Amino acid sequence: MRRSMSTLLSILVIACGRAENSARAVIQNKGSDTLITVAQAWAEAYSAVDAEVAVAVSGGGSGTGISAMINGTVDIANSSRKMTSREIEAARANGNDPVEHLVGHDALAVYVHLDNPVGRLTLDQLAGIYGENGTIERWSQLDVQVPGCASDEIVRVSRQNNSGTFAYFREAVLDNEDFKLGSHDMHGSKDVVHLVAQTPCSIGYSGMAYATPEVTMPCVMGTAGDPCIAPSIETALDGSYPISRPLLMYTSGSPAGEVKAYLDWVLGDAGQCIMLELGYTPAMPAECVQ
Amino acid sequence: MTGTAAPLFAGTSLNARDRKVEWLVRALLGLMTALLILPVVIIMALLVVEGGPVISWEFLTSPPVDGMTAGGILPALVGTVWLVVVALIASVPVGVAAAVYLSEYAPDNWLTRAINLAIINLAGVPSIVHALFGVGAFVLFFRFGTSILAASLTLAVMTLPVVIVSTRESLQAVPRAFREACWNMGATRWQTIRRIVLPNALSGILTGIILEVSRTSGETAPIMFTGAAFFLPFLPQGVLDQTMAMSLHLFVITTQVPDAPEALPFGVALVLISMVLAMNALSIAFRMYVRGRKKW
Amino acid sequence: MNPQALARSRDFDHRGRAWYVDRAVTVFVFIGGTSAILFIGGIFAFIAREGLGFVFSEFDAGEFFGSIAWRPTSALDATYGALALIVGTASITGLAMVVSIPFSLAAAVFIGEFARGRVRETLKVLVELLAAIPSVVWGFIGFSIMNSLIIDLFDVPIGLNVLNAGIILGLMAAPIMTTIAEDALKAVPDGYREAAEALGATRWQVIRKVVIPAAKNGLVAAVLLGVGRGFGETMVVLMASGHSINLPDSVFDSVRALTATIAAELGETAVGSDHFRALFTLGILLFMVTFAINLAADTIMRGIRRKGERGRP
Repeated sequence: MRRSMSTLLSILVIACGRAENSARAVIQNKGSDTLITVAQAWAEAYSAVDAEVAVAVSGGGSGTGISAMINGTVDIANSSRKMTSREIEAARANGNDPVEHLVGHDALAVYVHLDNPVGRLTLDQLAGIYGENGTIERWSQLDVQVPGCASDEIVRVSRQNNSGTFAYFREAVLDNEDFKLGSHDMHGSKDVVHLVAQTPCSIGYSGMAYATPEVTMPCVMGTAGDPCIAPSIETALDGSYPISRPLLMYTSGSPAGEVKAYLDWVLGDAGQCIMLELGYTPAMPAECVQ
Repeated sequence: MTGTAAPLFAGTSLNARDRKVEWLVRALLGLMTALLILPVVIIMALLVVEGGPVISWEFLTSPPVDGMTAGGILPALVGTVWLVVVALIASVPVGVAAAVYLSEYAPDNWLTRAINLAIINLAGVPSIVHALFGVGAFVLFFRFGTSILAASLTLAVMTLPVVIVSTRESLQAVPRAFREACWNMGATRWQTIRRIVLPNALSGILTGIILEVSRTSGETAPIMFTGAAFFLPFLPQGVLDQTMAMSLHLFVITTQVPDAPEALPFGVALVLISMVLAMNALSIAFRMYVRGRKKW
Repeated sequence: MNPQALARSRDFDHRGRAWYVDRAVTVFVFIGGTSAILFIGGIFAFIAREGLGFVFSEFDAGEFFGSIAWRPTSALDATYGALALIVGTASITGLAMVVSIPFSLAAAVFIGEFARGRVRETLKVLVELLAAIPSVVWGFIGFSIMNSLIIDLFDVPIGLNVLNAGIILGLMAAPIMTTIAEDALKAVPDGYREAAEALGATRWQVIRKVVIPAAKNGLVAAVLLGVGRGFGETMVVLMASGHSINLPDSVFDSVRALTATIAAELGETAVGSDHFRALFTLGILLFMVTFAINLAADTIMRGIRRKGERGRP
């Protein structure tokens, strides 16, 4: 019995082992959910550029990447927010010196249900909806009547409290005040959009690249009276869209070897065009064949 | 006796009412049972209808492409096999030893009671607590990092009770007379166990192992932080690599991957549930076969 | 040494090896046997190692059990109020039991006492398959399908709520309750049933008046194990409950559970930070509650077993 068991196991293990490719060096890349799609697409495309290098991507959010950078378990940390000085100190204490690389921009879009007629929102209104001291609880307070939302209640869709998107929204919209409790804290950017698409009463925020035809993105004004800017690659690049954030990759020390080659490729035309294709705003001007 | 009682009472109105109640109760209980089981059927039908069209040979044998919105699930499938195999290697010897101890050696004392209580608790502790243990012990303390090894060991500890309980049951099903006959011939305890008890209980043990495979391959929470990755462009090559896994892949494409076609998560769910149910069906069929063949 | 003595000593040697192997195996299986204790102790030790550091430094019992403000990453002042998480877990588990207990016990009675032959075997297999559906698949169904269904059916703002997670959790807890309850019914000696039938009772009367009272403790244990199952479930409550810090007024409110909070936040938290240790503190709480539930169920079941042995002729 034991022999047949072990034969079975070894066959399985060998079968798995045989299917591997010849990748030698592994770059550990971890972090932001906002960046994950593009990081994954880069990793996928890069395997054609250099078959000897494999990029292992995992998500979980900016906090994951940054804490992995602090713990020294990652080669490149993806983040949709800057590391705080406390985090940088913690990393240095562990012998890692985080170096920041700007790889693109992302407009943080506000999403509502397709039937929701609210076409424009100010940052103050957003703060009133999401902020701890905000008083906007019902759509009628925004002079909006949402079909299919009989209760008139605003269902706030947010992100879990250590995602980069959460932190950036808090900084840019709530001025670092706390969120009102009772928001629906989704685990991924796609969750947010998916839930908003299904739920007439809801409002959510996520990277613009997560937009689908089943949701609408109201334009956003800095204050009432400002021009209302719709999130787009152009408005994120020229800085007119008020809630657009840098997308960053951190390395420990100046990159060298395979990591440097990979980052150079990411910031080159090939990498930046992939970014553009996926709905993000490139950091470098890139010549792309459409 | 009932034969004489039935006609005696059949005519009374009391008896007629009782029988009506009996019939009603029976119908109600049957209906509630059906309602409980209905979801299995609905879910399977739904997954087959929505996810069936996605599944093809290519889907099973190619890696995901285009930001995981297209292509297949090969790395996740292979990763799940890795996790399960390593977990089995770790847990089966320990689990079988524990069952042999409990069934063949353990006296009825406080220690045995404590072991039984520990087994029940291992099975009852929430999977996320097992995940915390995996992070605290294997990832951080033993410095395995997030790896197949850490994830599989977490799964092994979590599913240990499945092996122990089913093995113990099948060992105890071997009649005591078999053992006594063997002891009378001068065999030691271990010789008896090795030559007589284990061979007779083998099929029961295998049933338990198959059941463990089914449990292990469906778990998500324990591997989220201990070894599973969002995307890996290569298949794992050793136990210290990270890996993709079917269960986490379903979670990831449901919650994090934009622009994935509606049918894709259904397809992944269908493959996952088919794997798990196939294992369970195998274990059930095996058990029935064994029961049918049993000569004592 | 004469040849006879040599032969005898060789013979002795031979027996000696078997004896040593036997001893070695005894030690090995003893270690294996006690491994379960080792692991459960290890689980507690490793969770406590991370979690107790928080309990003895930042922990404020009044805040932890009395406040709903779970804001571990606040830019202003991190607070760790777990009240809403505890209430969330309790409300989902509570609804799950309301759904699950009648159906599971009904199924146990039907399968154990009414169904016969092939119907009975088929039902048992289907119940087992219900138990086999992975939790992430349930969660996916709750998130992708039941959300819109609940919005449409009940005209409520959001379908990720206590109702959604509670129904799914009820279905997930049902198999274990059904199986254990059926075992408890089966453990009632046939003599009881025969005696009641001999008095002219119908089968339902036998079940209601004789079998269920006799199996009462086992049924309670079944319910307890079901509660434990629901209490500890993670993926479903993460995906289907709305994950919203809230003290619910009705089953249509979204809530957030203890397990889901750990699952959502652990991955993104720097190892060793207060937040990280606070999540392990939630783990200690979960561990202790499930331990208590399992201990209670085990005590009840052991009582039955002992009574069964005493009752045996």
